[in-house]
Amino acid sequence: MDISDFYETFFEEAEELLGDMERHLLDLDVDDPDPEQLNAIFRAAHSIKGGAGTFGFLVLQETTHILENLLDHTRRGELSLRRDIVDTFLEAKDMLHDQLDAYRNGAEPDPEAFERICRTLKQLALDELGKSMGSDPPSAASAGAADKASPEPPAPAPRDDDTADAQGGDQAPSGAGSDKGGEGGDPRLQVALLKVGEKDRQLLVEELGQLGEVVAQSGDEQRYVVEMTTTVGRDDIEAVMCFIIEPEQLEITPLGESAPSAGNEPGAGAPARAEPQEAPAAAPVEPARAPSAAPAAREDKGGKTRAAPKGNKAKGGSESSSIRVPVDKVDQIINLVGELIITQAMLDQTASEIDGVTHSALHNGLNLLKRNARDLQESVMSIRMMPMDYVFSRFPRLVRDLAAKLDKEIELVTEGKSTELDKSLIERIIDPLTHLVRNSLDHGIESPEAREAAGKPRTGQLTLSAQHQGGNILIEVIDDGAGLSRERILAKAHSNGLNVSDTMSDDEVWQLIFAPGFSTAEQVSDVSGRGVGMDVVKRNIQSMGGHVEIMSRPGEGTTTRIVLPLTLAILDGMSIKVGEEVFILPLGAVLESLQPSREDLYSMAGDDLLLKVRDEYLPVIALHQVLDVAEARTEITECIVVIVQGEGRRYALVVDDLIGQQQVVVKNLETNYRKVPGISAATILGDGSVALILDIVDLHRLSRRKSNPRAAVTTSSIQEVHPS
Amino acid sequence: MTSVTPNPTSADKAQATIDAHSQEFLVFSLGDEEYAVDILKVQEIRGYENVTRIANAPAFIKGVTNLRGVIVPIVDLRIKFNLENVEYGGQTVVIVVNVADRIVGIVVDGVSDVMTLTPEQIKPAPEFGVTLSSDYLSGLGSLEDRMLVLVDIDKLLTSEEMALVDSTAAK
Repeated sequence: MDISDFYETFFEEAEELLGDMERHLLDLDVDDPDPEQLNAIFRAAHSIKGGAGTFGFLVLQETTHILENLLDHTRRGELSLRRDIVDTFLEAKDMLHDQLDAYRNGAEPDPEAFERICRTLKQLALDELGKSMGSDPPSAASAGAADKASPEPPAPAPRDDDTADAQGGDQAPSGAGSDKGGEGGDPRLQVALLKVGEKDRQLLVEELGQLGEVVAQSGDEQRYVVEMTTTVGRDDIEAVMCFIIEPEQLEITPLGESAPSAGNEPGAGAPARAEPQEAPAAAPVEPARAPSAAPAAREDKGGKTRAAPKGNKAKGGSESSSIRVPVDKVDQIINLVGELIITQAMLDQTASEIDGVTHSALHNGLNLLKRNARDLQESVMSIRMMPMDYVFSRFPRLVRDLAAKLDKEIELVTEGKSTELDKSLIERIIDPLTHLVRNSLDHGIESPEAREAAGKPRTGQLTLSAQHQGGNILIEVIDDGAGLSRERILAKAHSNGLNVSDTMSDDEVWQLIFAPGFSTAEQVSDVSGRGVGMDVVKRNIQSMGGHVEIMSRPGEGTTTRIVLPLTLAILDGMSIKVGEEVFILPLGAVLESLQPSREDLYSMAGDDLLLKVRDEYLPVIALHQVLDVAEARTEITECIVVIVQGEGRRYALVVDDLIGQQQVVVKNLETNYRKVPGISAATILGDGSVALILDIVDLHRLSRRKSNPRAAVTTSSIQEVHPS
Repeated sequence: MTSVTPNPTSADKAQATIDAHSQEFLVFSLGDEEYAVDILKVQEIRGYENVTRIANAPAFIKGVTNLRGVIVPIVDLRIKFNLENVEYGGQTVVIVVNVADRIVGIVVDGVSDVMTLTPEQIKPAPEFGVTLSSDYLSGLGSLEDRMLVLVDIDKLLTSEEMALVDSTAAK
């Protein structure tokens, strides 16, 4: 077993902690900071520092250490917060994140960035605390004394005073413990490690070196005794050690006050010896709990006991109530449940032919099965669901930064954070949504001056909302800015050579901004305005099976609405019949269906057939012709046409009959076969047979490649129309 | 579903000639001809039913069917091998094989038995064959007066001309 096995746990943990830290920093009321929040921020920094020290991520540890000192002063009211200080903290948080990423990728963090942030933080400390700290003699002894009062025991590096900080800053923190050799007053502990293998022992001794100063060490694998001076309580030591060994393997006895003594370099004196490794056998169970428990437990040193157990408890609770499961396992369950539903439907169908009176027990049982199966399906689908908070939580920071950059005052409101969406979709919605938010901030909301001039409050409001509507989720980005300018969009469209007319409806005009290379921004800023955003947004959302709508009123603002299916595993479909074959049309693509009359059919260039629907001429595509279905109705006026829309193209699809609307479980065709032109996937119907799901866009392409649709419908009907 | 009941006489024979290098084959008929595939490739045998046609696919691809929730393509080897009298009845059988991580059903006229062939009984396939290239054969099984065409089902089904796999089917 290697300590690096726990890296991933630490990274995840640290990431969460950084997220917490950012959230609290953003929430913080600068004028009247909530002490609980300050504590929470401090705790996050502190826990990261503890973890970073444990795993030897020195740069990360050092950075958090400096940050933590500042936070500690803030927490104790010695440093009064200002907006720019919070900004610096946020910057430091970003830096920590970068460092974390670097470590995660097995690299060392950028030393220059590290230097810079350290300088900034130290400068801040000097500027802000210079006066109050000036009275504190910067001697090691006083640092030690301050130590006892301060609730941040794990890294006994110099703290609480800037001079010491500056010295300690560039020093390897693992060795930092040794320069405290002159301090008296720390309790002395004897830590005995029982039956611990050499490799683990070295780790443990190093670990103890982080917690305090190792004074002496000796023994063998049965019993290895380490004497140390430390400010850390025995519980905390235990909590840290439990990373690696079982509590039974640890004996901690206090030895009373330590005499000043020369420090050993931690771990250096460990005798090399080969021995069997029995100890770590049970250890791998620990990591899930330990990283959070350890840093939290270390808290309750200096009087802040109240906060620490609370954090500990909360962490413990969330950990025991969730498990990490690979997505493919979940998908397998979803598949199996899909099967169950189909089987249940088949049973239902068979049972409906059996006399209900004499076999009422069977029918009751089947009804129960039906209900249970549906419940099961719902719960299983909900495993893949994640709250929108996952997406929304990254916007407060973005909005804050952008608002500062653009000199605008913007308030962010989020609604419907708990609305759930399929995990695969939620990850793909982040980028498009970021684009939309940036756009709203840059182009939508005006500067405070312009807003005042227009009689609006100085502070603009940006609302992110999510809600369910049927099988869809609606995600809206609402701003109360200037709204879209119809004239400017049309003018821009003209100059871009797009085919537009002044009589287009507002909706159509708004859709123009999704055209590639379209931006009406008068100035290209680094926030937006390059015109690459919106078409990408639209494409991304369409690839997820959704669409974008824009509503805008001049002077009142713009609402961009993203409509997405809740999941990709289930599709709302309309089943249609052509000849004897059943196909599924994605309901999202269906606009309307109607029975065409001859007067509305026109032929064009002798080949193409057009259908006039409310002053619009739509190309007619006969499904039976594109997909070679035999025995389909060929007289178009006896057929049904379904008006469908895909990628902005509308056309009339000729089918024989509409069967009905139903939810279908989407099955990949490519697993055992290959991509079929015009077909997006397959599904299994209630009778166990396979139905193909049509791909509206591809079908259009396919029909153009194939021969003309005119041959598909009887020419008689057209020739009658033709003379007109 | 149709179950395989091995012909007792041939089973006895197989038992007699069994040795370490012998291989088991599932024997099936296409018209009057007898073919065989490595039994380890066979997942199951089922009846021909409920096949959904796929548009614009070659004629020998009958479509897809639902095999306990998995969408499986069905290939009719009789059409592929240009046999006459392609009929679908109660005796028509689908052999579900597992090749190259894919599940494919092949339609045959009937499944007769499982046979064990020793290496001596497997003769090399002759270098000819217009419809069925000898590339797709692993040999000919000779059993007294019977001749079994041993099909290399992996090669056959992943071949370009079968158009079952995307990469090879790309034009």
